[in-house]
Amino acid sequence: MSIQLYYQDVRKGDEVTPLVKEPTPRQLVMWAGAVGDYMPIHYDQEYARSRGLKGIIVHGQLVGAFLGQLMTDWVGKQGSLSKLSCSYKGMNYPGEKITLRGKVLRKYVRGGENFVECSVWAENPKGEKTASGTATVVLPYGDDYKRKGRKRR
Amino acid sequence: MAETLSGIEKLKAKVGVRWQPREYTIEGEMIRRFTRAVGDPNPLWKDGTTAPPTFTLATGFEQFVEDLMKLTPFNTVFMGSTEIESYQPMKLGDVITVVFEISNLRERKGQMGRMAFLTFESTYKNQEQALVAKCRQMVIGY
Repeated sequence: MSIQLYYQDVRKGDEVTPLVKEPTPRQLVMWAGAVGDYMPIHYDQEYARSRGLKGIIVHGQLVGAFLGQLMTDWVGKQGSLSKLSCSYKGMNYPGEKITLRGKVLRKYVRGGENFVECSVWAENPKGEKTASGTATVVLPYGDDYKRKGRKRR
Repeated sequence: MAETLSGIEKLKAKVGVRWQPREYTIEGEMIRRFTRAVGDPNPLWKDGTTAPPTFTLATGFEQFVEDLMKLTPFNTVFMGSTEIESYQPMKLGDVITVVFEISNLRERKGQMGRMAFLTFESTYKNQEQALVAKCRQMVIGY
């Protein structure tokens, strides 16, 4: 987050810096309170099992918010996330690692803004994609940036 | 097995109907509670003056879901997909007007018997009537 990413630094196929999360049941409760999602499959083990699940599951939207963080971390404070879309394909369980990843699909300039479109996804510990979609970010063009001593990501 | 989920008629009648607009004043603690729940330490929103783009998920969702669940016969609802378009960040003190609408409802026979796929869209305008975000989500009920 400390290094600003610039439009000209990004190439098709580049990897977005991964983000690892390991939500606890407590975090699910915090999320439930923050957005007002009180579906019992996210906090009541017995209920979740009665609905055919292995146990309580992570809110899909929380995984969506993790993907949002993946992108806002990557673009730095001068960049922004303009669009995020994802489909939830599998369950994430609390106590299991979720790795958020992304890859640059294309970049383009429109209306004077520099857009980068990425595929984004969430992986469970088995490496299965539990959510996937696309994210579009706007990046600054670093023409007046002193490039000396800066690593390309 | 029934051809249609029993009790789904009430929901069907709501497709294409806009919900009454609701207003939310954005408070710093709402933003901080959200970013703590995500575990997002980004200094841009740490002080609670600017919200991350996914904060739209927390704006008006609870009331909408409450209304929705009164209309549905579902026992369980899963989130199927989320799409957020963000035009400008929500800020501390903004008065955000949110309008929800069910845009699509279809039924299918799935692993769990009859399932309903419900898509709803929402728009978020600030006190200057500027569109700050749009959201489209799909839930699966059975």
